[in-house]
Amino acid sequence: MTDAGRTVVIGAGHNGLVCAAYLARAGREVLVLEASHQVGGAAVTRELVRGFKGPAVAHLLYLLDPVVQQDLGLAAHGLAFVKPSLKTIALNEAGEPLVLDGNQIASGPVSSADRTAYTGFIDRMRRFAAVLGRQHGRIPPRLAWKRWRDALPAGLIALDIRRLGREDMREFLRIIAMPIHDLLEESFESPLLKGALALDATLGTKLGPRSGNSVYTYLHRLSGPAAAPSLPRGGMGAVSEALASAARAAGAEIRLGSPVASLMLTGDRVTGVRLDTGEQIDATAVISNADPKTTLDRLLGARHLEAEFARRIQHLRSIGTAAKLNLALAALPAFRGVDAAQLGERLVIAPDPGYIDEAFNPAKYRDWSRAPVLEITIPSVSDPELAPPGKHVLSAIVQYAPYDVAAGWDTQRDALREAVLKLLERYAPGIRKQVVAAELLTAADIERQFRISGGHWHHGELTLDQFMMLRPVSGASRYAMPVAGLYLCGAGCHPGGGVMGTAGRNAARAVLEGSSR
Amino acid sequence: MRAPREHYRQVVRQTPFHSRTAAANVLNLWHRWRDHTVADAYFDVALEYTALRNACAVFDLSPMTKHRITGADALAFLNRLVTRDVAKIRPDRVGYCLWCDDQGRVIDDGTIFHLGKNDFRLCSQERQLDWLLTSKLGFDVTIREETEEVAALALQGPTSCRVLRQLGLAGIENLAPFAMTTFPFEGTDLLVSRTGFTGDLGYELWIAPSHAERLWDRLFEAGENHGLKPMGTLALEMSRIEAGFIQAGVDFLPADRAIRTDRTRSPFELDLAWLVDLTKPNFTGRRALLEEQARGSRFRLVRLDVEGNKPARDAYIYDSKRTVVGAVTCAMWSPMAKASIALASVRMPWGSPDEELWAEIYYQKELKWSRVNARCRVVKGAFYDPPRRRLTPAPDL
Repeated sequence: MTDAGRTVVIGAGHNGLVCAAYLARAGREVLVLEASHQVGGAAVTRELVRGFKGPAVAHLLYLLDPVVQQDLGLAAHGLAFVKPSLKTIALNEAGEPLVLDGNQIASGPVSSADRTAYTGFIDRMRRFAAVLGRQHGRIPPRLAWKRWRDALPAGLIALDIRRLGREDMREFLRIIAMPIHDLLEESFESPLLKGALALDATLGTKLGPRSGNSVYTYLHRLSGPAAAPSLPRGGMGAVSEALASAARAAGAEIRLGSPVASLMLTGDRVTGVRLDTGEQIDATAVISNADPKTTLDRLLGARHLEAEFARRIQHLRSIGTAAKLNLALAALPAFRGVDAAQLGERLVIAPDPGYIDEAFNPAKYRDWSRAPVLEITIPSVSDPELAPPGKHVLSAIVQYAPYDVAAGWDTQRDALREAVLKLLERYAPGIRKQVVAAELLTAADIERQFRISGGHWHHGELTLDQFMMLRPVSGASRYAMPVAGLYLCGAGCHPGGGVMGTAGRNAARAVLEGSSR
Repeated sequence: MRAPREHYRQVVRQTPFHSRTAAANVLNLWHRWRDHTVADAYFDVALEYTALRNACAVFDLSPMTKHRITGADALAFLNRLVTRDVAKIRPDRVGYCLWCDDQGRVIDDGTIFHLGKNDFRLCSQERQLDWLLTSKLGFDVTIREETEEVAALALQGPTSCRVLRQLGLAGIENLAPFAMTTFPFEGTDLLVSRTGFTGDLGYELWIAPSHAERLWDRLFEAGENHGLKPMGTLALEMSRIEAGFIQAGVDFLPADRAIRTDRTRSPFELDLAWLVDLTKPNFTGRRALLEEQARGSRFRLVRLDVEGNKPARDAYIYDSKRTVVGAVTCAMWSPMAKASIALASVRMPWGSPDEELWAEIYYQKELKWSRVNARCRVVKGAFYDPPRRRLTPAPDL
């Protein structure tokens, strides 16, 4: 133990656990306070109904930081994959689906021109995404340079872009803020292919394919080291359990069922936390895995911030648009054109970009989509322990169903569930009769159950106006908050969400280096 | 359908005293202050100034922006807004204050009137509603701009107390500087504060617009034998420079209007460190000001006694080695100090007391330009500071 005093981490989400593990390994006395009775935040495996377990919210692993995996020895702490690399199957109501496997089109109703173009497109996108990926592990540069050496990290970003070479750099700069729809129109002709790629660009955001910035969100999805998403053994909760085990092994203490009510201040310094129970816990540093609004508005209070900064936090865009449907099924469903072996892959319903755009339209006007976009996994296909023999759990991200529906979710939740089941029935006739139990979590439910403002899985839109040195807002992108002793480490920070753990790793470094904003 | 709004047709408004100020303005000299018509001068700038310094003068203050701040968190809100400790401004007292942006750069200065429990008025030269509403987040307060709902006159000068007694405000002489009190006035309340922008004995009178003209008339009746004159902005400007007061847009650039960040100033750089209470746990700009305190400020506001009689308007300031170290922000020949005086902003470390500085003054005589380098002495405090300004009871001349 060093004499740095106790460090409290609020929230045992994956980033909180990563941060706790790194700090404990550096010799800090770390206490993680988790509101719920389970570690993992939104990356948990939960029992849906007796015998059926599934991913409560997050259901695929895209971007888990390999440095974190290695540093914390997650394999030794039980992290294993039942499917290290998933194919994407774009469902086709009319028949044969499209199967994407890495940078190849394995099969499907697409032209040969598209088949050829696809590999080049993906390779190029991955080169561009790698530029973003190289920034993930860096603490973002200061926007207002206090010293000349602050200019260096900004220069590194420019260098990374320049090193793409003349042609790629031009293309990168041309497309980075573009709508994905326009890029896809330039590149492909098959609707099913364009739909699948447009879904990748927009899932988890409040963007449609025709929204600016959706190329950037697409590149973010590709910015990890893995070529395709993976499925951990035991579901997403297993990632969190491995992280918790690594943190505990490093010496961190994790207290479950301990919701934090507020931060304690002495003068202009955070000196601890107050729990819902009234218990006070002193700390020399408090690191919040909660989203920026929850941390700064609710736990700290806007009055302890500068006025303009408080306004920036208030204006942080964090309206979640994704709902989650979890089904317990009595048997393996039959999706049109998909054989049983393929049901363990990632299935998407986004037949063409226009379909997604129409699904997005209601979200602009605080309504939900009657024909939503779906990303489906049936994890029990590859991980039989999740359900009783012969039975299955289906997990679907449902978009668009915005947090702020005008009518209020209490009156709309059942109708949305009905609409999703109806849609599933079109692609998998008979599935409704197989449903043993169904759970629909709207963004409002996610906010309530997982304490994420707006129910947004990135803790705030991950778009160019809220990325890197602007994430979550300018003046707070370096993990240290304006109030001394307070840090953020969640998805609301650079490099964002999607079960990466990189924000937690960077935050730990900021804490240990004592780096300022 | 909504009734058409015609407010935009009137771009510049008249103050509640306009019928009286227009009649008094024999020079017909006007300008626009926060979209209100106000007099530059009424009959003779020098004589208006002379009335102010030797008898008393009245200035139409109505366009001053007034915000009403009420609610359970009113005090906490103000303490987060301004740099000084508002808890020290007791009820029925007025406090001079300033507020900064997040970077600790001054947005504006003004006065806080502690009207009652959880009830304050904030007066400022610039409109501040947007910044106040921004600052409101997280506080249980109601903020309303009430500029149009309150008419105001400044009555300033040695005989001002006498005139108010003549008006029937019994006991007004016992009102201490920066205190306020209310008198009944023809069926309404007349709020009187012992405040002003002239550096002399003086009062500010606040009343419902419906009673504005009546107040003006009664005041001039009362002042008839005490030298009371109306005074325009030009005479006021002379008096405030003599008093060493700064003005937004003249001596500093309001931070919310600045495009170039090095053009703004911190309270320390405006010689207003005494208004900054860094022992308060938090206010907007505090963290930046702490940093500035540790790092050192970049500028300093100095009051200069300039040799000779040429007003050093817009002059560059040099050190003894002929390096430009700053510039004058306002300057005049002061009849009371019998000196050419100026406020200037100079780069640190220049401008320490008794340091020799030079002003390069350009002046014109019959269209011929000349230049003079005048030695300047940095002086502390106001150029003109009569003891009566602070006396209680106020002298009853």
